[in-house]
Amino acid sequence: MTTERLRAPDRMARPPGAGDLRLIVRDQPMELAAHRRYYGPVPHLDSGSGELITEIERAGLTGRGGAAFSTGRKLRAVATANAGRGARVVVANGSESEPASSKDAVLLARSPHLVLDGIQLCADTVGASRGYLCLGSRSPVARSVREAIAERDRAGLGGLPIEVVDGAAHGYLAGQETALVSLLNGGRAVPAFVPPRPSDKGVRRQPTLVLNVETLAQVALIARYGAAWFRSIGADDAPGSALVTVTGAVRRPGVREIPLGTPLGEVLHRSGLDAPAQAVLAGGYFGTWLPLPDAFRVPLSVPGLRAAGATFGAGVLAVLPASSCGLAETARVAGYLASQIADQCGPCRNGMPALAEAMNWIAFGQPDADIIGWARQLTGLITGRGACHLPDGAAVLVKSALTVFSADLRAHAAAGPCGRAQAAATLPIPPRSHR
Amino acid sequence: MSQPAPQSAGSVREFELRVNPIACDAHGVCIALLPELITADPWGYPVIRPGPVPLRLLALARRAVADCPTLALLLTEPQQPDRSRARRQG
Repeated sequence: MTTERLRAPDRMARPPGAGDLRLIVRDQPMELAAHRRYYGPVPHLDSGSGELITEIERAGLTGRGGAAFSTGRKLRAVATANAGRGARVVVANGSESEPASSKDAVLLARSPHLVLDGIQLCADTVGASRGYLCLGSRSPVARSVREAIAERDRAGLGGLPIEVVDGAAHGYLAGQETALVSLLNGGRAVPAFVPPRPSDKGVRRQPTLVLNVETLAQVALIARYGAAWFRSIGADDAPGSALVTVTGAVRRPGVREIPLGTPLGEVLHRSGLDAPAQAVLAGGYFGTWLPLPDAFRVPLSVPGLRAAGATFGAGVLAVLPASSCGLAETARVAGYLASQIADQCGPCRNGMPALAEAMNWIAFGQPDADIIGWARQLTGLITGRGACHLPDGAAVLVKSALTVFSADLRAHAAAGPCGRAQAAATLPIPPRSHR
Repeated sequence: MSQPAPQSAGSVREFELRVNPIACDAHGVCIALLPELITADPWGYPVIRPGPVPLRLLALARRAVADCPTLALLLTEPQQPDRSRARRQG
């Protein structure tokens, strides 16, 4: 990982300063002793006092898994849900089912104790007696995370039992909040209809807090250093830092920690942007194509990307080289998403394969106006019609591709697929055996 | 399923129709009963007109809810849009 935007000091006797990295400060895993030296001990919280929730609300922390929901509101919902003492559950979501994202795995590999501190702090705050850390199938960090938990137990810090759940959750939807709850209840890792929300009835029908692992690491920092410290970097409307995964046509791909609001172009140039690039996929496979260089000044934050008609999502920035065809890339992702549906909701079960097939024609055939019109119509037909957001996300992706790559669309319609449609894929598509 | 409460003067409680898309099997009963608010998509699944159910259609809406063979149609108070459906990743 490369980290030039924020620097990593050798030793931290005080809170990280304005130019310092916060979440991932070493290129090596930070063991417990180094972690405690660097960040200081976890502050003691009076259980049930709600002081951490107030501080997190002041900080303005939002979820880093993709939905950007207010972390304070989530904590408060679980803390105030009707349940007996201790009958609540905390679930750390490290499943990272977004194929182009690797920030959660890098965070868990380098700073596992920050995430584990966050689980412990949230459990103390909401009154939970069980914690789960969910990892995707074939997670490279399963072993090291289990070692980190054992390290805490040996040091007498293992107040909360934390179970690592890995290998059981497959596929793009497995990381969805209600899918994790279903998995932990012994069911399939597929989304459920809400209500009930996990914060009311989740694991074992107990109020359940599901937070992304980066969100939990941010909680561990806010608990130590406070809301004012958290807000001392980033933008007014998007305080703090976040992890992003830069991938595609850059010389130094990888995970970076950025102050929120940093312009897209700055992050891409620091990642070694290979000119000429034509577009960047922001957010992930539910995300939006942004044309380059037009989008260089877009601030990387939830409100900044929203104003540009895009989403921050899970912080993916996938750069499309000029030698690739954006329609072909989108068609492959649409095909992947269609293969990942839970097969539960009629509009998605019918609409997603149809959308993938239409995109396939558009990318690799010579689409007529009927096919293009049908693709556009399908994006409307599937939006908001499923129990989860998979069809909505696929619709957003396809709509942005038809807009941003409109010149390619006209060229394909006039003369068939461009030569670039056969170029090697930029966006990673998990092999079938890994889904 | 909460039932609409009697309205008190000055405060009209609004209700919205929602489909549980996992439970829905496209029987089409709701589409036949309440074409003013519910239409069929190309595969026969219901598309609900957004917004509150007009007062004059509330009785029909209740009947459509009661007659759905898979209990997939719901009459609810308006939800906050950001939490109304299952979301990806906390």
